[in-house]
Amino acid sequence: MKFLDYAPAPESQALLNLKSDYGLFINGAFTAGRGTPFHTINPATEQQIAMIATANETDVDAAVSAARHAYDGVWSRLSGSDRGKYLFRIARLVQERARELAVAETLDNGKPIKETRDVDIPLVAAWFFYYAGWADKLDHAGVGPNPASLGVAAQVIPWNFPLMMLAWKIAPALAAGNTVVLKPAETTSLTALLFAEILQQADLPAGVVNIITGDGSTGATLVNHPGVNKVAFTGSTSVGRAIARSIAGTDKKLSLELGGKGANIVFDDAPIDQAVEGIVRGIFFNQGHVCCAGSRLLVQESIHDDVIDRLKRRMQTLRLGDPLDKNTDIGAINSAEQLARIRELSDLGEQEGAERWSADCEIPANGFWFAPTIFTNVSTSHRIARDEIFGPVLSVLTFRTPAEAVAKANNTPYGLSAGIWSDKGSRILAVADKLRAGVVWANTFNQFDPSSPFGGYKESGYGREGGRHGLAAYLKPAVRSGSRSIIAADHRTPSVTKKSASAGKKSVSAEKAAK
Amino acid sequence: MNRLAIPKTYKLYIGGKFPRSESGRVYEVLSHTGDFLANAAKGSRKDARDAVVAARSALGGWAGATAYNRGQVLYRIAELLEGRRNQFIDEIESSEGVNAAVASAQVDEAIDRWVWYAGWADKYVQVAGNANPVSGPFFNLSVPEPTGVVAIIAPQGTESLLGLVSAIAPALVAGNTVVVVANEHAPLSAISLGEVLATSDVPGGVVNIVTGSPAEIAPWLATHADVNALDLVGAGNLDWVELQISAADTLKRVLPPEAGADAATPALNRILAFTELKTVWHTKAIL
Repeated sequence: MKFLDYAPAPESQALLNLKSDYGLFINGAFTAGRGTPFHTINPATEQQIAMIATANETDVDAAVSAARHAYDGVWSRLSGSDRGKYLFRIARLVQERARELAVAETLDNGKPIKETRDVDIPLVAAWFFYYAGWADKLDHAGVGPNPASLGVAAQVIPWNFPLMMLAWKIAPALAAGNTVVLKPAETTSLTALLFAEILQQADLPAGVVNIITGDGSTGATLVNHPGVNKVAFTGSTSVGRAIARSIAGTDKKLSLELGGKGANIVFDDAPIDQAVEGIVRGIFFNQGHVCCAGSRLLVQESIHDDVIDRLKRRMQTLRLGDPLDKNTDIGAINSAEQLARIRELSDLGEQEGAERWSADCEIPANGFWFAPTIFTNVSTSHRIARDEIFGPVLSVLTFRTPAEAVAKANNTPYGLSAGIWSDKGSRILAVADKLRAGVVWANTFNQFDPSSPFGGYKESGYGREGGRHGLAAYLKPAVRSGSRSIIAADHRTPSVTKKSASAGKKSVSAEKAAK
Repeated sequence: MNRLAIPKTYKLYIGGKFPRSESGRVYEVLSHTGDFLANAAKGSRKDARDAVVAARSALGGWAGATAYNRGQVLYRIAELLEGRRNQFIDEIESSEGVNAAVASAQVDEAIDRWVWYAGWADKYVQVAGNANPVSGPFFNLSVPEPTGVVAIIAPQGTESLLGLVSAIAPALVAGNTVVVVANEHAPLSAISLGEVLATSDVPGGVVNIVTGSPAEIAPWLATHADVNALDLVGAGNLDWVELQISAADTLKRVLPPEAGADAATPALNRILAFTELKTVWHTKAIL
């Protein structure tokens, strides 16, 4: 260690009280899974943390039945204020156990403790607190008076923000009066199972939330289960497509939050140092494992060299290493599989002629790591400018006019996020109007809040999470007797013809083929 | 002495023009008693694709028009439809086999529907948008915007004019552009509505009307990568599940078929079904 180097400052794991084996959380209790269990590992060390159960079809069926039973018997009969009280309890319990959850999340996911401690887990508590207050105010959700819940929600979440994604899914579903079967990602089930313990502490009625673990086939079985009324999925666009295909023709309501290739646009009048911080936050936050990452930097040609120089200087100060260390900026890549994909696309970037530069940092011997990397001289046709890399890799493109910036930003089948850096308010507003993206950050990036709707345009999916609109995704208008009067018909939903049995079979096989 | 009438040639309505089908095909439109009424163009895959190109080209202008302007243009359609009531009543009487009073009531309701939706153009954003109280120094606003190009299979039952208007008007309110496949057996009022649109202030390409077989044309629209949303309201007799599966490949927003007198009932939700919510975060200075 040299003078002015940071001493190691690892967060203690002493407050963790992990079990060696975790079962499925069904009907309020942990039960053994019938599928083959698997190890969850720490991606920073490749050491095993615990054994996780796999739910097979019978287990999925049991979970959906428990959720249905809880919906019919308890949850749909409970007053909104009582549902809200349970959610407030959960929010408080998450706050009380926040540090424990942060350490467990960092251990299982590989993301830096400063992010789980300061972003993920506080947002989990905030999400439950926000939606708790909605539970007895559903008339104001924007779907008309006295809206109805949907029933059983099947929720499948990704590994990049494990507990935060759980909160985004469960909090609005319960507030709206639905019950839940949730499947966390295969590599990051741990905090969802700790959350199940919190539900027991909160004395949430059995079956209102069921958590089943396993790989993609467990998720496919869940979303295709005929007892499910709502499907909410966050993950890759390819799996999102398969889900949309598989539930076509059913009356399951669907929300999809899929991939992105967000443009971060820096104009020549931007405050450059702030913009550089925003670029770093946009692509290196959470190792770039962010669907709304600012993975394409569009920088005005006149300031390109200056921005890139300052960005490289800033990247040299990023500290990669032990995710539990309080000074770590860049943690581990979540899995060997994801690391291989990042490497493959980055190698392709070089082969296609872009110029690669990585921050000079020491890579630990064990675990999965990728140094923060930027590509310059990228053109719009390059794979690294088009495909979602989902890692700490930034593609830099240039533009000359605002119109060119907008055209390049929108030149993608995705439409999840974008950033604008400029000191000129009128320009920000005009550019924000023209960007085809569900979330636009002006002079900031990667901000999240439970009151702020989040979700994509185009192939980034549909439906919103967060805010009033996120609540409406779990509600339907009150069922009223028909009248052709224009005024009375304002909030009526269309009557839906049911899918035929043969169509159902066809779509299930389409789902399997896509896996 | 009776004057010999001049029958109209019914063609497609694409990009503000009235072309014949590029396929050269027509099909016979019959009255409810089986008498010949007209030869309608039998639209092809190419016609549908041309219509999508026209709709995409018109999108920027229509979506970029002010809400007040869009509202006035939609209201103008009602004005012109009112002036041509008798033509529509005649067409509906002959093709649907209803009496003048019933046909007249349908035209009235179609006109009123334009007026109702016209009034939403500068209000739906206020009702469906939101200012969000985020925890931090940010101004945060969510605003609905048009989804893009919307392909619609018009209702195929009775009430051919009202069904068509009920399906296309809500998609236009927010600034989407439309490709609609008309009622196959009663397409005359659809093409006549095209003439109303062409002479009102609706820019060419904002509404594109294709007549012909929905079963033949719909799959090309469901798979078309430049179509953002698919309204299957009138697709109940097609293999609509297959259409929905095709639409999933490009993650189109899809509305399911509806049947009966309540099909495409006027609703704010029909407008919002073809919108995307955009949330913009603006930093505030710390004073």
